[in-house]
Amino acid sequence: MSGSALLIITIILLAVVAFLVGIMLVFTGNKFKVEVDPKETAVRECLPGNNCGACGYPGCDGLAAAIAKGDAPVNKCPVGGAAVAEKISAIMGVEAGSIDKKVAFVKCSGTCEKAYDNANYIGINSCGAAAAIPGKGTKMCQTGCLGLGECVSVCEFDAIHIVDGIAKVDRTKCVGCGKCASVCPQHLIEIIPDKQIYAVACASQEKGKATKAQCAAGCIGCKACTLVCDNNSIKVEDNIAHINYATCVQCGKCASKCPAKVIITRREAETA
Amino acid sequence: MGIYSFRGGVHPKGYKELTADKPLVEYLPKGELVFPLSQHLGKPAIPVVKRNDLVKVGQLIAKADGFISANIHSSVSGKVKIIEHRPNNAGIMGESIVIINDGEYTPFEGVGEKTDYERLTPREIIDKVKEAGIVGLGGAGFPTYVKLMPQKPEDIRWIVANGAECEPGITCDDRLMQENPEQIVEGLKIVLRIFPTAKAVIAIETNKPKAIESMRRAVGNDPRFEILELKVKYPQGGERNLVHAVSGQYMESGALPASLGVIVDNVATLAAIYKAVALNTPLYERGLTVTGDGASNPGNYIVKFGTLASEFVNDDEGLKPGTKKIILGGPMMGVAIPNTDVPLEKRNNALTCFLEDDVEKAQQKLTNCIRCGKCIRVCPLGLYPQMMAEAAEKKDYERFIKVHGLDCIQCGTCNYACPAKRPLTQLFKQMKPAAMMYQRAKAAKEGKK
Repeated sequence: MSGSALLIITIILLAVVAFLVGIMLVFTGNKFKVEVDPKETAVRECLPGNNCGACGYPGCDGLAAAIAKGDAPVNKCPVGGAAVAEKISAIMGVEAGSIDKKVAFVKCSGTCEKAYDNANYIGINSCGAAAAIPGKGTKMCQTGCLGLGECVSVCEFDAIHIVDGIAKVDRTKCVGCGKCASVCPQHLIEIIPDKQIYAVACASQEKGKATKAQCAAGCIGCKACTLVCDNNSIKVEDNIAHINYATCVQCGKCASKCPAKVIITRREAETA
Repeated sequence: MGIYSFRGGVHPKGYKELTADKPLVEYLPKGELVFPLSQHLGKPAIPVVKRNDLVKVGQLIAKADGFISANIHSSVSGKVKIIEHRPNNAGIMGESIVIINDGEYTPFEGVGEKTDYERLTPREIIDKVKEAGIVGLGGAGFPTYVKLMPQKPEDIRWIVANGAECEPGITCDDRLMQENPEQIVEGLKIVLRIFPTAKAVIAIETNKPKAIESMRRAVGNDPRFEILELKVKYPQGGERNLVHAVSGQYMESGALPASLGVIVDNVATLAAIYKAVALNTPLYERGLTVTGDGASNPGNYIVKFGTLASEFVNDDEGLKPGTKKIILGGPMMGVAIPNTDVPLEKRNNALTCFLEDDVEKAQQKLTNCIRCGKCIRVCPLGLYPQMMAEAAEKKDYERFIKVHGLDCIQCGTCNYACPAKRPLTQLFKQMKPAAMMYQRAKAAKEGKK
């Protein structure tokens, strides 16, 4: 057999095989077709695609499927916010409803200057490791921000940074997914409504005198804030003030009265 | 029995010569005493005294809460100043009883009264051990009476007195074995009354010939006793190694020594059992080694619980100049303390002061893992520290549990051997409680389903 004949036979044989396989693929493709809800695909396209899991579903695909089925509300994605909710509600044909944007807030204002140091920390550069050993990092305060940036490493939106020894949230970038709050070994990060202006930037449950010895910016539990509050929105429990965000009217009286200046506004929380 | 060894382990320098010849000296506290309510594994105790109450030496000041918990007794006579939050030596603020010492050491009623333990039933002995608040003095602080109540007491074949003291620098158990061997032997005899068919084994590393000699003399030719010589290797005093030494079998993952018919107690714990049962004296003092190049007065002390660490590491002018690090416990397993105003308690066997911080030096040399497998070769439990560390760095609990990370005893052997100076044990220390919590949460979830 000459070389050219062998080549031609090979080409023909391959063409026949390819044709037969093609027919089989078309046939099986039709036979075992999976029906995908067109809505699900459309919803998935609206979602931001970070796969951050803040909604509680396994990634954006999971949430899209749940919304398309009607298991999840259309405004479930905290990252996309109102804009995404509107688009999805158009696809699903329901009201978007109002959504409150939420952001992370770090309940500590003990910067390098304000919080007094106790020891040197030499070890693994993560808050979890520092919190697991006696003394919890360099600061005297045992409840405050350790400043080693476990929260920074998990944030997908570049919204939290260590500035001057404590974590600071950039409210414009934060989407309130809560990942930082879940890794903080000190449980210092709270997810609060974005419209909330005032918040207590301390979590120390020590008595006033002990707190003062540890940090210049600690809540001493003096209850001055509770006295000036008009509608009982602020309470002192375990030597630390708590604001009820549902009833707070953002008057700012507590912040102006606070002797330790731990009730701070959102602007102060961002740039100390 | 020949000289026993185990698979793996490392040979850190002993550093025992600094204190090995210093006898145990009773130390009388100068300042106020702080008794944290959590000095043991398990639930914190509940205080039974109030502010301004007068207490005496050996008086119960806090009682055990639940099965895994322990009584706490006053180590001095004096007045309760206050019950408030104070830092314990793990740096955690916790409810503590503060007592002002009157310096008279008046004993509480009945303390020191001799009892003939031969007449006591096993149940009465266990009750006495429980009442005395005895916990494992080797370091873990597990309530001893729980150990003495295995599910099948008739299956217990060996009672091991752990005198290995493999941790570098610590000599207080060595001194106890030399100075008061009869206390340990009597303690073992008391435990043998609970387990009449068992044999007592006293396990000592061969670098303590004087202790071996003195224990031999104290035992005499009692056929129920045996001295087991151990090779000098770290961590020779690990419970699992001792169980293997006497039973010849390896403990399964998650098993207790009792499953192989062994009960392991530290020699100091046995001496405490003797004092509690025969002398009616609860646990309120223990041996402590103060060592290291940064210690102003290195030596072995009998410390009353509640004494602040600062009394041992400071001389008249405070800390020895240049002291960089103070470790509670030995250099292998101990933890650094942030300040010296912390009370010493049941679990503390040593204070090691360093003029140089080796962790800092190691951190400067830190490089990536090259998978050389040294950590695997030295791990006394046969674990894979390298794989555990990989899982721990990623916070992959599932994987950490799968590679038996929960079996880690945090002995620090892998750290010691790692040529890349990886902080392995530190990672496991952080990971273990988190993984246990994850496991419990998962079990609870599955239970609900």
